Amino acid sequence: MAEPVVALQGVRKSYNLGMPNEAEVLHGVDLVIEPGEFCALMGPSGSGKSTLLNIIGLLDRPSSGQLAIAGNLTSGLDDKAITRLRGHAIGFVFQYHHLIPAFSARENVMMPMLLERGRPDAAMRGRADELLASVGLTSWRDNLATNLSGGQQQRVAVARALAMKPALLLADEPTGNLDTQSAQAVFDLMRDVNRTQGTTVLIVTHNRTLADQCGRIVQIVDGRVTRGWSRPESCLMSVKASR
Amino acid sequence: MTDWLPFEWIAASRFLREGRLQTLSTMLGIGIGVGVIIFMSAALAGQQANIVRRVLSAQAHIVLIPAQEVARPLRGGEPGVAEAAIVQKPLQRVRSIDQWQRIVQEVDALPEVKAVSPMAAGAAIAQRGEATRSVTMQGVDAERYFRIVPLPEKIVAGQPRLGAEDIVIGVDLASDLGVRVGDKIRLSVASGQGATLTVTGLVDLGNKGANQRMTYVALHTAQALLGLIGGVSSVDLTVHDIYAAEELAQRLQALTGVEADSWIRTNSQLYLAINAQVIANTLIRFFVGLAIAFGIAAVLIVSVVQKSKEIGILRAMGGSRAQILRVFLLQGAVLGLLGSLVGSAIGAAAIVLWGVLVKNPDGTPLFPLDLDPTLFLAAALLATLSGLIAAFVPALRGARLDPVVAIRG
Repeated sequence: MAEPVVALQGVRKSYNLGMPNEAEVLHGVDLVIEPGEFCALMGPSGSGKSTLLNIIGLLDRPSSGQLAIAGNLTSGLDDKAITRLRGHAIGFVFQYHHLIPAFSARENVMMPMLLERGRPDAAMRGRADELLASVGLTSWRDNLATNLSGGQQQRVAVARALAMKPALLLADEPTGNLDTQSAQAVFDLMRDVNRTQGTTVLIVTHNRTLADQCGRIVQIVDGRVTRGWSRPESCLMSVKASR
Repeated sequence: MTDWLPFEWIAASRFLREGRLQTLSTMLGIGIGVGVIIFMSAALAGQQANIVRRVLSAQAHIVLIPAQEVARPLRGGEPGVAEAAIVQKPLQRVRSIDQWQRIVQEVDALPEVKAVSPMAAGAAIAQRGEATRSVTMQGVDAERYFRIVPLPEKIVAGQPRLGAEDIVIGVDLASDLGVRVGDKIRLSVASGQGATLTVTGLVDLGNKGANQRMTYVALHTAQALLGLIGGVSSVDLTVHDIYAAEELAQRLQALTGVEADSWIRTNSQLYLAINAQVIANTLIRFFVGLAIAFGIAAVLIVSVVQKSKEIGILRAMGGSRAQILRVFLLQGAVLGLLGSLVGSAIGAAAIVLWGVLVKNPDGTPLFPLDLDPTLFLAAALLATLSGLIAAFVPALRGARLDPVVAIRG
């Protein structure tokens, strides 16, 4: 069996460590996400969803516990290696698209490849065009990010997240800022990527309707994963979420 | 996106272009500062050259004169007995430099020396009819001396001709004596020796005192009048580097055994004034440069704050700290370079305007300012370097941003 894309064991995260106002927001999280899963991460505000997503996305480090991404144990890695792993293995879609306004849609999609290879080339442009076509934005590719609608910007953000063919796509409330129609379109896009390319997706959402369309919902309350189950028709793995 | 450009250049140029107004106003600010530095440097160099030219065009850079005569008591003091003798300083006669021909030859061979000219000089009385004036008589070898003091350029009437019976005098002396070119005057010295000479030229040395006092005759005429047959009272020289004149004078003194006075020693107040001006100017330029650097740093610090979200996203997409650092360092360097180009234009315009607007009463420029390419190159290099250094702190701040905090804003 293939290695899990995400494996957390006893992950804790505290802020202001060692200070009088120290606060633990994750209390020993165990979670495994297998390749090809399409998971929703749900929980009330302040439950630790974003902190958990940032730790899984290697944007933040756990205070204690183990984390492995695509088979790479991260505890021993330095900042450079973490950056490289993040660039290769993980794609991000944020709530507010976070496209870089000074660049066009195509250039934004090229950005992860450009950061890795240093200089733009024809292959990069080809890959960006292919991704923009897959999100239906070919004719908008030369528009600056600021000249696109919210839904279009989020679709560009999905294309950008897929540029490096990541094993894991992390989305932090990607539809939270969109109208229902655009939200469904962006969600369907990620669903499609998951189905056709086998990309593992972990999506933080408050939207129950969208979460119900996911293969598995991981529930987090007060820094603890309280539920993580698979829908029978799309279950691709055994759930190992802690209770 | 151009293929040959690396990511850092692309991002830096896009960020600068995105904040167009900010970039333009910063460039203008740097430009004004660089323009001030360029103009002040040119003005200082021009003014200095002008003062030095005016002062040194009428005098030698180094003058070799015979060592002063000293009285030496012949009595030997007995051991253990201190003698409180008052030794009177002897009168300094007009004497010749011993073996001056050899000294001229030796000094002329030195690479630092531009021209050498022997001179027989002394006090004299110029007389025409009832009018008499005390004057300084300088007997020179015209060909050699004109390379030290360009008298032909200062001639306002007649010719700079110095034959055996010729004399060139200052314009004010001519006016005092009521002589014109072609008139004769009598020149006599204290010993009673005298000669009647024809005025061949009138010179304007740019100084009333000098114009009232100076007379130039042929070397052998002066030698005959002063009783210095075959001798010279001084050897004048000019050097390539005027600011190294004092150092060379000391070397020459050691080399030849005669006294050597440099223009720096004989015009010490002027030299001190020039030095003070250089120091004041350098300080002003330094502080203007500092203001430029702080301006760039301030703009980039604001830019890092404004761009923190973008920095966070770039980091999340695999951008390294080093890449972020380079993006902001480049912005600083580019701002410095572009600002220096604007500054070069401002500086050049100010220099040209100076030439057009600031003039002497006769319509000639007060003093010429050069459009020296090395000055512009140095200013561009300095501004770019300042930009790079000024960008370092904000760039480091950007590179150290926690992506999570940056994205959250």
